[in-house]
Amino acid sequence: MVNGPVVKAKEMTGVMMHEVVKVGKLKLTGEVIVLEGDTATIQVYEETSGLKPNEPVEGTGKLLSVMLGPGLIGSVFDGIQRPLEVLRSKSGDFLQRGISAEPLDFEKQWDVEILVNEGDEVKEGQIVAKVNETSAVEHRIMVPPNISGKATKVQKSGKYTIDTVLMIVESKDEKHEVKLYQNWPVRVSRPYKERLAPSEPLITGQRVIDTFFPISKGGAAAIPGGFGTGKTVTQHQLAKWADADIILYIGCGERGNEMTEVLEEFPKLMDPRSGKPLMERTILIANTSNMPVSAREASIYTGVTIAEYFRDMGYNVALMADSTSRWAEALREISGRLEEMPAEEGFPPYLSSRIAEFYERAGRVRILGSEDQNGSISIIGAVSPPGGDFSEPVTTHTKRFVRCFWALDKSLANARHYPSISWLDSYSEYTTELVDWFEQNVDPNFSKLSKRAMSLLSEDNNLQQIIKLVGEDVLPDDQKLIVRVANILKVGYLQQSAFSDVDAFCDMHKQHEMLRIILMYYDRANSLISKGVAISEVLEEKIVNTLMRMKETVSNDKLEYFKQIEQTIRSFFDSLDEKYEKVKEA
Amino acid sequence: MPLKEYMGLSQINGPLIFIENVGNVGYNEVVEVTFRQETRIGQVVQISDKFAVVQVFQGTEGLNVNETKVKFLGKTLQVKVSEEILGRTFNGIGEPIDGGVDIINGVYQDINGFPINPASRMYPRNFIQTGISAIDGLMTLIRGQKLPIFSGNGLPHNRLAVQITKQAKIKGEESGNFAIVFAAMGIKHDDARFMLSNFEESGAIKNVVTFLNLADDPTIERIATPRVALTAAEYLAFEKGMHVLVILTDMTNYCEALRELSTSRGEVPSRKGYPGYLYSDLASMYERAGMIRNKRGSVTQIPILSMPNDDITHPIPDLTGYITEGQIVLSRELQRKGVYPPIGILPSLSRLMKDGIGEGYTRADHPHVSSQLFAAYSRVQEVRALASIIGEEELTNIDRRYLKFGDAFEREFLSQGYDEDRSIEETLDLGWKLLGNLPPSELTRVSEEELKKYYKEIGEN
Ligand SMILES: Nc1ncnc2c1ncn2[C@@H]1O[C@H](COP(=O)(O)OP(=O)(O)OP(=O)(O)O)[C@@H](O)[C@H]1O
Ligand SMILES: [Mg+2]
Repeated sequence: MVNGPVVKAKEMTGVMMHEVVKVGKLKLTGEVIVLEGDTATIQVYEETSGLKPNEPVEGTGKLLSVMLGPGLIGSVFDGIQRPLEVLRSKSGDFLQRGISAEPLDFEKQWDVEILVNEGDEVKEGQIVAKVNETSAVEHRIMVPPNISGKATKVQKSGKYTIDTVLMIVESKDEKHEVKLYQNWPVRVSRPYKERLAPSEPLITGQRVIDTFFPISKGGAAAIPGGFGTGKTVTQHQLAKWADADIILYIGCGERGNEMTEVLEEFPKLMDPRSGKPLMERTILIANTSNMPVSAREASIYTGVTIAEYFRDMGYNVALMADSTSRWAEALREISGRLEEMPAEEGFPPYLSSRIAEFYERAGRVRILGSEDQNGSISIIGAVSPPGGDFSEPVTTHTKRFVRCFWALDKSLANARHYPSISWLDSYSEYTTELVDWFEQNVDPNFSKLSKRAMSLLSEDNNLQQIIKLVGEDVLPDDQKLIVRVANILKVGYLQQSAFSDVDAFCDMHKQHEMLRIILMYYDRANSLISKGVAISEVLEEKIVNTLMRMKETVSNDKLEYFKQIEQTIRSFFDSLDEKYEKVKEA
Repeated sequence: MPLKEYMGLSQINGPLIFIENVGNVGYNEVVEVTFRQETRIGQVVQISDKFAVVQVFQGTEGLNVNETKVKFLGKTLQVKVSEEILGRTFNGIGEPIDGGVDIINGVYQDINGFPINPASRMYPRNFIQTGISAIDGLMTLIRGQKLPIFSGNGLPHNRLAVQITKQAKIKGEESGNFAIVFAAMGIKHDDARFMLSNFEESGAIKNVVTFLNLADDPTIERIATPRVALTAAEYLAFEKGMHVLVILTDMTNYCEALRELSTSRGEVPSRKGYPGYLYSDLASMYERAGMIRNKRGSVTQIPILSMPNDDITHPIPDLTGYITEGQIVLSRELQRKGVYPPIGILPSLSRLMKDGIGEGYTRADHPHVSSQLFAAYSRVQEVRALASIIGEEELTNIDRRYLKFGDAFEREFLSQGYDEDRSIEETLDLGWKLLGNLPPSELTRVSEEELKKYYKEIGEN
């Protein structure tokens, strides 16, 4: 039977659950998702037009897996890890069917440095060789999980292709070849020693995130928002600027042009920390909305499995999935074709456990191959709720499994307040765990400043309710000041254009300086107002303008300029103080 | 291979027919359904080794179970394309209906096309000047973009679409290489005639290909119409190097046809009865816009859809917005105020504009002025809300200046004539002129240098 991407095949005895099969004369790639008697239900990763009943289905004996080894970085794959550049050279600009290609290049010679000697005992996960894959990433070749023993037939350091056997690991009863690559089934998470508590933020360079709703390395965050509210731009910002070693970007059922944008832009952009092109740490999975939905379902797993592999080398990996709602819809569509009983809004009852499994693959861990080394995967998933309504199933279930929630607000987006992350509806449960880090690495006062700024913003929110009814004029001056300073915070601090040359990425120290100066302004102004000075005196246009514009006028490498700004503001208030003292004396 | 023919059906249900004991039939294969000399076209939507389910594009009205003959053609639904289609009119499944000759030379192509390999795309960057200030200044259209018009009953989306197509130009390029593919799904005869006669009138556009499925044409045929049109567009763009603007109207009618089909197939419905795969289905069409590396042509799409009850959260505009690269939203309120084109700028957006405007594309100040105009106009809405409660007299001085700006902005910037074609420079200068209503301290999104160069405060009085 053929029903869209779902095919049922008879006489399939011996085939395994999740085995990859080749369907029909075109040899379309599929995966077994249900086994009942000798009938296998297969989800086909390519368009099934023209497929007929009684066409042959062949097993491959392999579970749906990814190929892990040098050559991953800088690649673009589809949802089942077919390399799109290679497909392009094989079949042209449009994706044809039945074309397969190895994910990694088998011809390319890599400079391999071998790190073990003949006869050494090696353990699972141990790093036994390394390759400088790009100028930014050292690719560490590991003994695959579940394999330990004595290293024999160890090659010398030299130039090898990925298929070369570097050594043979002999245990009592088995011999295993260790090559430059290994395979791993995508639906099984890779093992590690133990999970660790969050201790360090993933610095994103986005003020509203780092200052108010930080995510830890190994954390999980969701960005829900209606269309056009900024999920993709935020994800791109994180992919560009987050201080991770490896970026995995999964375009899951979204636009082709957004992938092209990354492909065209990233090679030209430099990592502010390493100075290397961003593409040299990035892997893209592009299963756009017009590509087969079943491969969209797989893309998420392909992505995390690759992420885990780099985590196992001891790296901090950040994974963005845009959009997890399209993945959930793929689950729904396949479930519908299987005629399963639907739960909420047609989604299958296992939606919530699938979402949980996915986000649980985030985390900071002690890696398998070492006693003291850690690696992490941070997952940032976009959620696209229908009608922008957060009470729908994918958003509500996601909320249960992430600890960071960056809620995008349509009205902010309409007002072109970007990023339109709502400072009222968002939260991060990592904040307390990260206080120490910010104190030690940014400033002892940083968390305090952040709290104070947030309380001004929330007081402002209350005052806005009043203003909506009666206007700002009736507020007493101290409350007016709060509204004005909150406005400086909104425009001058929270708003951050992704397209600004200076401000797209904001260093932590710059964040701290800006926050400190704005709050210093508030304190000085507030003390004058409490002494009865008119608010118009403290809202000097030039000063307010300086505060609003400092994000653009001071670049990350010229932080000393803040001293000047601070000085200007101090002398402004000093002279106001003086003037007021005189008035009082007179 | 001999074609397989069967006599008699086992069941008819809505637009679907069921045929038993068929063998060797492919999924999505095209079918000819003949009943007493009359032939209709269908497509296999589900098969097993026992039966095939076929959707009939012209509907099943008048068919009966025992006299209907079904012929499986062994291929998927295709349309014949060549340069000969320029200037011609076809029905919703690509058959000529203008009384002209059949398309003689040409190639058959699958109407579903194939997805563009994301690695083959070229990021669209060429600014298309539409001559409409609201669009060029604030939601710039880019060649290769998909930018829908969200409209409602009685709003002038057709007129706007006509004005865009008439005025659209790329700077420094003649328009010879330009074609329009027009696909009508379920729209009224009058609307189709209005648009077509306008395309023909404007001398610049000789190359129009039209696919018509009008309000009284078979509903299910609408499922094929946009796909047929996009197949033609892709051919002209990527085989013949033309820049093709595709107008798809009205996508709401398309979606309703899809819902009807889905219901008769007994599928589990998602929101408002639309199938759960509506997103993927729409994406399979909208994603056919774009540009390809090393190819000259482009496909730019302007789908038009009417929002049921003006509700932008309705699944059709909602899912469209999730796929397209922005949207132009028409506002009933502005229409009531007599503003043409009544483009509600706050909910409107062009996502590709950021890379196609500014220095080297339009003018260096463009990104900042547009951002400033958005911010200011958004403030106008707040002030208006407040003024309606406490009265204009109670507003602060600054707020009153915002009101003035807002009115002038709607009157002078948003409003323009049906034939008024403004250059991008005129549009930007007009924007600056209107910002003169506000004091410089409010203009935080433009740079100090730009203020010096373009800003002139309009004195209060
Ligand atoms: N930080 C930002 N700086 C500047 N502009 C932004 C920012 N965030 C969003 N935008 C603007 O908003 C537009 C829409 O953002 P984006 O494409 O990220 O939306 P989205 O939430 O991913 O929508 P969809 O669900 O439809 O994919 C962008 O094209 C850009 O113009
Ligand atoms: Mg997006």
